[in-house]
Amino acid sequence: MAELVTLTDHGLYCPQADLYIDPWKGVKRAIITHGHSDHARYGSTYYLCHHHSIPILKTRLGDIAVQGLDYGETIISNGVTISLHPAGHVVGSAQVRLEYKGEVWVISGDYKTQADGISQAFEPVTCHTFITESTFGLPFFHWQPQWVVMRQIQQWWERNRSDGISSILFAYSLGKAQRILANLDTSVGPIIVHGATHAMNEACRQAGINLPPTYRVSELPDASLSKGALVIAPSSAAGNSWLRRFEPYRTAVASGWMAMRGARRWQAADRGFILSDHADWHGLNQAIQATGAKRILVTHGYADLFSRWLIEQGLNASVLKTQFTGEQVNEPETEITET
Amino acid sequence: MKAFAALFEALDQTNKTQEKINILAEYLLHASDEDRLWTIALFTGRKPTRIANTTQLRNWAACAAGLPNWLVEATWHTVGDLGETLAGILPEPDVTTIPLNSLAATIQQIFQIHALNSEEAKAAAVITMWKQLSKTERFLFNKLIAGSLRIGVSQGLLIKAISQAFQLPENIIAHRLMGNWDPRTTTFQQLILHPQASDQLSKPYPFFLAYSLEDISQIQSNLSEWVAEHKWDGIRAQLIVRNNQLFVWTRGEELVTDRYPEFHPLLSQIPSGTVIDGEILAWRNNKPLPFQFLQKRMGRKTPSKKLIEEIPVVLMAYDLLEHQGLDIRNEPLIHRKKILEKLVYNCNVNTLKLSEIFFAHSWESLLQERERSAEKGSEGLMLKHCDSVYGTGRKKNGWWKWKVDPLTIDAVMIYAQSGHGRRAGLFTDYTFAVWDDQRKLVPIAKAYSGLSDDEILQLDRWIKQHTLEKFGPVRSVEPLQVFELAFEGIQTSTRHKSGIALRFPRIARWRTDKKAEDANTLADLKALISIV
Ligand SMILES: [Zn+2]
Ligand SMILES: [Zn+2]
Repeated sequence: MAELVTLTDHGLYCPQADLYIDPWKGVKRAIITHGHSDHARYGSTYYLCHHHSIPILKTRLGDIAVQGLDYGETIISNGVTISLHPAGHVVGSAQVRLEYKGEVWVISGDYKTQADGISQAFEPVTCHTFITESTFGLPFFHWQPQWVVMRQIQQWWERNRSDGISSILFAYSLGKAQRILANLDTSVGPIIVHGATHAMNEACRQAGINLPPTYRVSELPDASLSKGALVIAPSSAAGNSWLRRFEPYRTAVASGWMAMRGARRWQAADRGFILSDHADWHGLNQAIQATGAKRILVTHGYADLFSRWLIEQGLNASVLKTQFTGEQVNEPETEITET
Repeated sequence: MKAFAALFEALDQTNKTQEKINILAEYLLHASDEDRLWTIALFTGRKPTRIANTTQLRNWAACAAGLPNWLVEATWHTVGDLGETLAGILPEPDVTTIPLNSLAATIQQIFQIHALNSEEAKAAAVITMWKQLSKTERFLFNKLIAGSLRIGVSQGLLIKAISQAFQLPENIIAHRLMGNWDPRTTTFQQLILHPQASDQLSKPYPFFLAYSLEDISQIQSNLSEWVAEHKWDGIRAQLIVRNNQLFVWTRGEELVTDRYPEFHPLLSQIPSGTVIDGEILAWRNNKPLPFQFLQKRMGRKTPSKKLIEEIPVVLMAYDLLEHQGLDIRNEPLIHRKKILEKLVYNCNVNTLKLSEIFFAHSWESLLQERERSAEKGSEGLMLKHCDSVYGTGRKKNGWWKWKVDPLTIDAVMIYAQSGHGRRAGLFTDYTFAVWDDQRKLVPIAKAYSGLSDDEILQLDRWIKQHTLEKFGPVRSVEPLQVFELAFEGIQTSTRHKSGIALRFPRIARWRTDKKAEDANTLADLKALISIV
């Protein structure tokens, strides 16, 4: 019998239902797990995603034909039951569950097991085959509880502010930016966002997510307000003249890669906050165990090493060579630049 | 260990020199004498003995973390730093038993573990320590037991912090930190606060360095108040005779007395209480031999008779720092030079030479003398004010170096890339950096020629052992190796992060005698633009 899901040069494909999951080339029907650029790509005819992802996809991909689903809601396509389940990665992120004749596959997309207070928390879904990401699939990566990291960011900002210095925080514009906004005490001072960050905030607000008020530079009622402000921007803004207006400032990067000292030096930021929207080593292992799946296909990240580890744990694991990139030290070019 | 780990984190989180000084001074002020001493020792590159090699550490950590060896090794290859990798894979510390161990107590433990005679006992003791330490403490502990702790704080910054904390002049601290003291045989009181005369016996003075003169307008006073001498291209060194003992120190703070037996007869010729600053040169037929010859001597701890005959050395004396047991560094240069001259003429051993001085009548005459540099085998001229004192560190007054072309700078290697063709698999393409005004290293040039095959092999091995990160064929390496780069010109450039571009950069030589902090600054380079 043919596999329920196969890998083609267009991406993960379910032949029975004739649809793709996060295809990297244009196809007729695409299910999108979440709005990051390595998963949500341009060029397909019909898109299906969680309804919170719709404004995000429309912001990134323009006026596309897209249908929204709730978590747990099912649709049936040529005998395949399709449903989306919370992945806890970013607003609207979903795992895709496919069931055909009693056989269940779950494609995780990107996920984290830690609740972030903004995207619906990850829920393990029982399945036979689990396609998992492994962005941080090495035993070196252990995340601290979110409140610990948020307190570090809060203290950093408040200290800079009391020194009369602005705080530039580089963070992914979809996911980490909203997570930080939703979890900081924003009464401390104004928060200024880069255009790329602003676009994603607006999309999340349209999806009904509550975020504290933020300013764009052009909206500041008084330019002096930027002194001591928190500025959230994608890392592509680093070294950009756009930042000059905030001088004097200190910079920080919020990323899982900041767990490695070398990565922070390489980024030349003053501080690194270890914050990721991906599961850490224990998170990956727990999530896989919770699915009860005997067969694990490992995608982006340390897929080779992680699948070898899973095999030693008694699972039938192998590598699936996708084009997903996972969290990168530098966010891929965003379309929106500011000068 | 907690306070030391907090210090390490705090230093790591700022690039501002003054902030670093404040953080370090604050720490020193509140630390115990033992912790002060060990902190200074670690910050000046003194390390406790290493108790395990990387394989042992890896196996022990794999065992403690319940992970297969291959996974620990693969993780290490990704993270790049073993101490950091192991600190990261170990289970969370046992919070109920964390003792507030001081740094000195931790180091004491390390010496005790070192004395254990079975590997099993060592492994058990290290695993017990791991359980008690937080992540940063563990990272530092791992670096200590692997003998690879390096801290990104320059000697100058450390001196400023000690000076600020204990209200002592910087030049006195600088002097007290020199030489081969051992934290196990001295105390903080003896080293910094109340040194005994006998401790000072072999200590050199901090070397006085000069900036490059890029534009003659930088010399503002009357030219007739200045003297010139050749800038010899060897190893800067101090020759010390005190209490009927002779010591030779290089600028890299290495005691090299045994390497140069040629200087030993000077003991009977130079009175006790004398310190001479000069340049060690390979010398034949009244002329220095090219630097490569001297390099052959530098590596040999005890040179053979044959090598000494082949490559004899001399000390070209520049200055006199101590005379009749008195520190005369604050006397005017001309006065010091006069005493030095007498000393050299009364000396019957021909391995001590006097660096000749020229009075600067006009720029034309100086230029003429500088033109003769190649023929004399020097790098150019030094210009010194007649009344200048012998300062500490690098100062922009009193002394200038005025080198001949090609332009050279000292830069630190930060990236290496593997080569192609004949040298495939070897790291042969290097990226070099200089210090910016935040004391961060900014890349300024790539260069891949200029080293001998032997040096390339040696450097390749070093790179593989000191890789920080890998990205594709490129590795970032610990910023420790200094190279002299020669180049033909320099221009401003918007395409480069540094804002400058060098023309035809190439490696002039590997400066194993210099530390990363001695490398040039971006400001030095920018100053060059105006004259080229
Ligand atoms: Zn993602
Ligand atoms: Zn992804």
